[in-house]
Amino acid sequence: MIVQALGAAAALGLLLLPLAGIPYTTTLLLPAFGYAIALLGLNLLFGSTGLLSFGHALFVALGGYTAAALTGRLGVRSLELVLLAAAAVAVVVAVPIGLLCVRYVKIYFGMLTLAFGMLFYSFLFKFYVLTGGDEGMRVLRPVLLGQPLEHLDTVAFLTGPFYYYALGVLVVAALVMHRLVTSPFGLSLRSIRENAAKAESLGISVRRHRLAAFVVAAIFGAVGGVLLVVPTGLADPLLAYWTHSGNLVFMLLLGGFDHFLGPVLGAVVFILLQDGVMSLTSYWRFVFGAILAVVVIFFPRGLMGLLDARRTALS
Amino acid sequence: MSLLLEATDVRKFYGDTCALDGVSLRVSAGEFVSIIGPNGAGKTTLVNVLTGLTQPSSGHVRFKGTDVAGQGPVRLARLGMARSFQLVTIFPGLSVADTLAVATLSRLRRSARPFTALARDTDVRAAVEEVAALFGLADRLSRPASTLPQGDKKLLDVASAFALHPEMILMDEPTSGVSTADKIAIMETLVRAAARMGIRAIVQVEHDMDIVFGYSDRIVALHQGRVLADATPAAIRADADVVATVVGRPR
Repeated sequence: MIVQALGAAAALGLLLLPLAGIPYTTTLLLPAFGYAIALLGLNLLFGSTGLLSFGHALFVALGGYTAAALTGRLGVRSLELVLLAAAAVAVVVAVPIGLLCVRYVKIYFGMLTLAFGMLFYSFLFKFYVLTGGDEGMRVLRPVLLGQPLEHLDTVAFLTGPFYYYALGVLVVAALVMHRLVTSPFGLSLRSIRENAAKAESLGISVRRHRLAAFVVAAIFGAVGGVLLVVPTGLADPLLAYWTHSGNLVFMLLLGGFDHFLGPVLGAVVFILLQDGVMSLTSYWRFVFGAILAVVVIFFPRGLMGLLDARRTALS
Repeated sequence: MSLLLEATDVRKFYGDTCALDGVSLRVSAGEFVSIIGPNGAGKTTLVNVLTGLTQPSSGHVRFKGTDVAGQGPVRLARLGMARSFQLVTIFPGLSVADTLAVATLSRLRRSARPFTALARDTDVRAAVEEVAALFGLADRLSRPASTLPQGDKKLLDVASAFALHPEMILMDEPTSGVSTADKIAIMETLVRAAARMGIRAIVQVEHDMDIVFGYSDRIVALHQGRVLADATPAAIRADADVVATVVGRPR
């Protein structure tokens, strides 16, 4: 009851936020939408399939650079097209990487994904001609649903049409992901997480399912990455850096990986927390480290786990 | 009787160690075959070879005429051969219903469907309820497997293999780790369920001689990787050498 009420209040708050006349907070939340989508994907891999990737930022960066290449260099400004292209690029990149990575589990899978993330970071950093090196690539303002919206200044664009567009993509992504995790495919992934040998003996093709989860996670990562770079107008190599992958894992643990909406909550709370702590102290990384330690030790199921426990205690 | 499984002169080496030394075995429809032998005789290796999990060093394994040596459990499951493991092998965090649904979806070739709602699949629900009822698990469908008592875990392990509706099932010690009183109950459940579900042949590895002699049509005695005897329970009982080597005490 309380969780549902909180959820409804949060949804209403997100819908009405741009009308409240606080553009700072509204733009602050934009990255949370992109992150939430990327995390829904990451959690299909971790929460459902039991594979923890330390290289998910690779796909976020892939989405970001796809947006930059299309809007900045190729003159494709339609955000719908950019999102579709990012998803397609993610599939093309994720299939070969996934084929290699899903042969391994646990720490080996994590390290291999980390390695591919670092490779991609180096590529972005070194191939100046293609990627702009450390300066990155500019992302031009996209066209939303065929509407150029050129009369709007950047803040009005971001806090108005783009805000609702990103929120809409998040809602669609969440609905798609919900379908996936409640489907036979989702159950097969959970059976693999629980006991891969048993799943295989029951005729579940473990590698194929892991690969499919990896590719879907990559698509969600790239779509999230597109939404992430539109507000900043820049795709830079740090998007693919391993600390960015680490942040994604942090958000997932913070929100709670065993609840469907944990990734969304984790993304929003992380962004708000980062802003709050950074405005208080320049030692924000220290504070974040401490928070992560507390979460892992005392609240391993994250904030959603806390809400859940409260609900259980109350009923 | 139609021949289901045929292993011919199977050898398996691990380094210099010979685990199976020319084992041949045939199982036909309608048979209940027990594989017995002292520890280290090669029983589990044989089951792993027969179920395609382990590639034999030499020799052939055919299931319904198809060469299945080293083909892997997924292919074997598709062909109609299921197995259960010596140690209880379950999905700890999945409910009884979800565990049986995994197998049912696999049988219906629906495991990879990404966009259908599992909760609304009435075929799956009906099949899950049918198997659960046969194994006495119908009243605990929503319980996580990890919270079941040991005997029920064992039943769920076997029930999930049965839910594949295989033609043949290989069970590695279906009653290991449960009390003597539970053993008979489990075996009765298994045999009844196999008959109801149309499973045509059962192969089991078993240590409990009461169960071996009580249920088998045929007994294959392994010793040091070789077939020491392959005969009916009555003939095995009459063979003093086999009894001394494999059973360990005169009966």
